[in-house]
Amino acid sequence: MCIKYAMPGTYIPINYLPVAIIMLISSLIGLGALVVGLLVRPRRPYAQKLYPYESGNPPIGDPRVPFNVKFYIVAMLFVVFDVEAVFLYPWAVAYGQLGIFGFVEMMLFIVVLLVGYIYVWKKGAFNWE
Amino acid sequence: MNTEVGISLRDAIPFIPELVIICTGLIAMMLDLVVRKKGPVAAFVVFGTLVAGYAMCKLNGFNEPQSAFLNMFILDGYAGFFKLIFFINLILTVCISYRYMIIEKSSYGEYYSLLTFATAGMMVMASATDLITLYLGLELMALSTYILAGLMRNDRRSNEAALKYFFLGAFSSAFLLYGISLTYGMTGTTNLNEISATIQNLNIAGNPILFLGLIFIMTAFAFKIALAPFHMWAPDVYEGAPTSVTAFMSVGPKAAGFAVLGRVLFEAFGSMQVQWTNILIPLALLTMAVGSIVALSQTNIKRMLAYSSVAHASYMLLGVIAGTPAGLVSTINYLLIYTFMNIGAFAIVILLRSEGFQGQDLDDYRGLAKSNPLAAALMLVFMFSLTGIPPTAGFIGKFYVFMELINADKTYLAVIAVAFSAISAFFYLRVVMYMYMKDSDEPRTISCSPSMNVALAVTALMVIVLGIYPEPVLNYVKTVVFG
Repeated sequence: MCIKYAMPGTYIPINYLPVAIIMLISSLIGLGALVVGLLVRPRRPYAQKLYPYESGNPPIGDPRVPFNVKFYIVAMLFVVFDVEAVFLYPWAVAYGQLGIFGFVEMMLFIVVLLVGYIYVWKKGAFNWE
Repeated sequence: MNTEVGISLRDAIPFIPELVIICTGLIAMMLDLVVRKKGPVAAFVVFGTLVAGYAMCKLNGFNEPQSAFLNMFILDGYAGFFKLIFFINLILTVCISYRYMIIEKSSYGEYYSLLTFATAGMMVMASATDLITLYLGLELMALSTYILAGLMRNDRRSNEAALKYFFLGAFSSAFLLYGISLTYGMTGTTNLNEISATIQNLNIAGNPILFLGLIFIMTAFAFKIALAPFHMWAPDVYEGAPTSVTAFMSVGPKAAGFAVLGRVLFEAFGSMQVQWTNILIPLALLTMAVGSIVALSQTNIKRMLAYSSVAHASYMLLGVIAGTPAGLVSTINYLLIYTFMNIGAFAIVILLRSEGFQGQDLDDYRGLAKSNPLAAALMLVFMFSLTGIPPTAGFIGKFYVFMELINADKTYLAVIAVAFSAISAFFYLRVVMYMYMKDSDEPRTISCSPSMNVALAVTALMVIVLGIYPEPVLNYVKTVVFG
C-alpha cells in the first residue's frame, strides 16, 4: 500500500482519496439539487398535493400490516444461497489465477452450505405448515 | 501453488485442527438427522475433538510456529496451549451435559454441533495474527453461544439470557470493529506485527486516536472476559442459560478473550504498554470488588458462580498487568486450573438437577454431606480451589499470578487481590457450611451418569494434582508458550 506521510505521526491514506472526493462531490450534487430547487421553483401549496397519489384514490388503512413470520425464514434461507452466488461469480472469473487452491476452497464452501441445506430441509423449514 | 494469490493448499496444514473440529460439527449435525438418541452425536463430538487434539500435537506447532494465509493465522505454542484448553472445555462440557439436556427436555443434536462450532471460533481467535481473522473467530464463537444460551426454548429465562447476550454482544462487536477501523486508520494495516512495526516506525505510540482505537478494542475484549464495568450481562446470562452451557461459556469465551487480549496487547500494542497497563489496573480492581462483594448477597448458586467467574477474570488479568512473558504464563496457567475447577463446580450444580427439582438455590445444598457424601466432598474440593486454599490448584494459580505481580513491582495490587480473595472465601465456604453443618429432611436424588462420573473424576483429580505437584505443568506452559 502506498502511504504518504504528511508529518511525523500522521499519514494520509492516499488510496482512499478518490473515495473521499466521490463522497464530497455526490453529497454536493444532492444538496445542490435541493437548494437550487428550493430557490428556483414556484411555491403554490394546495391540499391535493399532499396525497400519496395525486390523481388516484386516497389509500385505505395502514400499509404496515404484520405478516407471517414464516416469510422471515424463507428470506433468511434465500440470503444464504444469494451470498453463495455472490461468491461464486468472482471465483469463476478469477479461477485461472486461483488454481487448485481456489477450487478446493470453493468446494469446501459449497459443502458447508450443502450440509446446512440438508439440515434445514430435514428439519422441515421449507414446509409452509 | 500460485504466486499471484500467495495462498496455496499448504496453508491449510496449520489449519488442520480447526478443519477437523468444523467437520466434526458438520457431521454431528448430519448424524443428528439420522439417529434418534443423541448419545452417538455426543460421542462423535468427543471423538472428533480427540482427533483434532492429536492432529495439533502432531503438527508440532509448539516447537516451530507455522503461519499461514498471508500471515493472518499462526499455529504456535501460545495458540496451541489455548486450543488444548478449548478441547478440554469442549470434552468436559459434553460429558457433563448429556444427561442434563435430557432432563431439561432440550436434548437437541444442534447442541453438540453448536458447542463444536463455538470451539472452532475460539481456536481461530487464539491463532489470529490479524484483526480481521480475530473478528471472524470472535463472531463464530459469539453467534454459536448466543443460540446455546437460548437452547431451552420453553424457558423464559433462557430466552431472556440469549437475547441479552445477543444485544450486548452485538454492541461489543461494534466496539471492536470501531477500534479496528481506528487502528487501521492510524497504521494502515490490520496485521498485528505490522501494527507494532508501524507504531514504532512512525513513533505514534502517544497518538490519541490510536489510543482511542486501543481502548475500543480492549472494551470489546473486556466484554467477552466479563470485566467490570462490562460484566452486567454475565449474571443474567449465566443464570438463564442451561447450566452446562454456563459451564462452557464461563471457561471457553473467557479463555479465548484472554488469548486475543494477550496477543493483541503484547504483539501489536507492545510499545503502548504503559497506556494499556494504566487502563487494565482500574478495570482489574473494579472487577475484583464487584465480583467478590456482589457475590456475597447471591442465594442462587449459578448467579454466585457467575460473580465468582467475574472475580476470577480479574485475578487472571493481573498476570497480563504484570506485563512480562512470565506474567502471561501465570495467566495461562490460571486459566487451565480455572477450567477444571469451574467446570467441576458446575458439574455438581448439574448433578443436583433432577426431574422436577432445580437444585440451584443455596438452600438445596443443606445437608448434602449426609445424603450424598461423595458429591459434597467434591463440591468441597472445588469450592476450596475457587477460594484458593492449598493444597488445591486454585491456590497455585493465584500464587503464581501474585508472585509475577510482585516481581513486576506491583506489590500493592497483589495485596489488594489477596484481600479480595479473603472476602470471596465467605461465599465459597458458605456453600461448604450449608452442605456440612445444616440439616435437611427432604429426600434428594442426584442424576449421575457414566460420562458425568468421568468428568467429575477428571476435574477433581486435576484440581488436586495441580495443587500438589504443579511444577511439570507450569514448566510445560513456560516452554510451550515462550520457547
